Formats: sequence, C-alpha cells, structure tokens
Amino acid sequence: MYMFLAITAALFVSVALVLVRLFAGPTLYDRVLAVNTFGTLTVLILSALGFVTERPDFLDIAMLYALVNFVGTIAILKFFRYRSFGRLRPEPEER
Amino acid sequence: MTANLVGIAIIDIVFFTLLVLTAIAILRQRNLFAVAMLSGVFSLLSAGLFVTLDAMDVAFTEAAVGAGISTVLMLGTLALTSRDEAKRPRSALLPLFVCLVAGAALIYGTLDMPPFGAVDNPIQTHVAPEYIARTPTDIGIPNVVAAVLASYRGFDTLGEVVVVFAALVAVLLMLGTSGRRTNGKNGKEE
Repeated sequence: MYMFLAITAALFVSVALVLVRLFAGPTLYDRVLAVNTFGTLTVLILSALGFVTERPDFLDIAMLYALVNFVGTIAILKFFRYRSFGRLRPEPEER
Repeated sequence: MTANLVGIAIIDIVFFTLLVLTAIAILRQRNLFAVAMLSGVFSLLSAGLFVTLDAMDVAFTEAAVGAGISTVLMLGTLALTSRDEAKRPRSALLPLFVCLVAGAALIYGTLDMPPFGAVDNPIQTHVAPEYIARTPTDIGIPNVVAAVLASYRGFDTLGEVVVVFAALVAVLLMLGTSGRRTNGKNGKEE
C-alpha cells in the first residue's frame, strides 16, 4: 500500500510538470501534447488510487478515461488540420 | 487503514490545489484555444476528485461530458468565432465584489447542513435504506445506483435522456450547417 502511495506521489509530480508545460507552453502543439499526457497520467493515477483505496474496480473508469482521451486528442488534431468538424472528407488541395 | 485515509486526504488536497491553479490559468489565458485545453484538464481533475470521493457515476459523467464532449464542442465553437478573447477595458472590481458576496452567502448556507458523512443524516434515513433493502429482491442487480436510476426513477431518467437528445440534435444542427456553408463558400471561390 505504501508502494502505491509512493507511485501516486510520483505521478502527481509528473502531473505538476505537465501542468507547467500546459500553462507556459509557447506553442499550441506543446499544449495539445501536454493535454494528451495529462490524460494518460490521469488514467495511471486512477489505477493507482484504486489500489490505495483497495477497490480495484476503479480500473473501469480508468479505461473510460483512456478512450475519452483518445477521442479528444483526435478531435483536437482534426480541428488543427481542417479548422472545422463539419467537413467529413478533406478537400483535395489540403492533402 | 489510517495511513490510507491520510494518503487519500493528501491526494484530495493535491487535486484541489491543481484545480485552483488550473482555474487561475484559465482566467489569465487570452488564447481561447488554450482555454479549451485547460478546461478539459479542469474536468479531468474534477473527475479524479469525484473518484476519491467515491462518486463513481458523477466521475463517469464528468469524464465523458466535461473532458470529452465539451472540449470538442468548444473547439467547434472556436472554428466559428475568433480565437482570442477581446480585451475588456472596464475594471473587474464590481464583478469580483459580486462573486465574493455570492460565495460568502453560499458558504454561510452550508453552515446549516448536517455534518459530512454522518450516519443519521436525512439523506441516509429517508428512502435510501428502503432502496438498499429492496434492490436485491425487486431488481436483482448488485448496483443500487443503477437500480435507482434505471428502474425506481425510470421515467425521470427517460425525461433526462430526451432533454439531452434534444440538446445534442440542436448542437449538431448548428455545427453541421456551418460546415456545409464553409464548403459552399469554398466551392464558389474555386
């Protein structure tokens, strides 16, 4: 259990580092990468928390977060690429 | 067990600190794209906090709606509007005062509430024991929250689903029309 608390503490340190990059990040790509990493770290923190509180069914929520994180990152990158979610197919000149 | 509780309390405090830091960063940020990213992070942090408070269903909703759909909707809105917040010349003293007064009133309102997590609170003694006692025989599933949402308050949940569906259709109509208009404009320019 102490091991899981130590893991959680280490994860929170990395969360703090990612948040620094998110707040200060000079370019938008830094921020996108920081948000994606933050989602991954949240998944890991939730998994560790499940073992700290001795209820490993938290893993389900961690899985949901991983899926949401993936969809969110895809949406952000699609927005970068096409400036809109309305178009389903890319214009020929944008390829 | 005590070490566990202390650990969870520390984790709660860290979550709250990160929430406050993220909120301040959202306020100070002028680039709306970064604000959309930061609010997604804010939602993820609050969902983590809900998990440590044992509110699984709320955490699920917060993760799916707050971090997932809201970020996408905000980005879709950004595609229609400008990407930078307009500078506001007026001073923020009066809004700050209103916020402080409203917050103080809310905190004053919580003083009358029963102690956090006590066994004899009204919420623990009203209908909850009946639901917990009857769910295994009435519904036959282990999750009492799911039984209450889907069976005991089934019509209520059905109404909520209708409201959410109507909102989704409205948002999709707004976003979809704009995309088609952009396409049409591009076609004319070519």
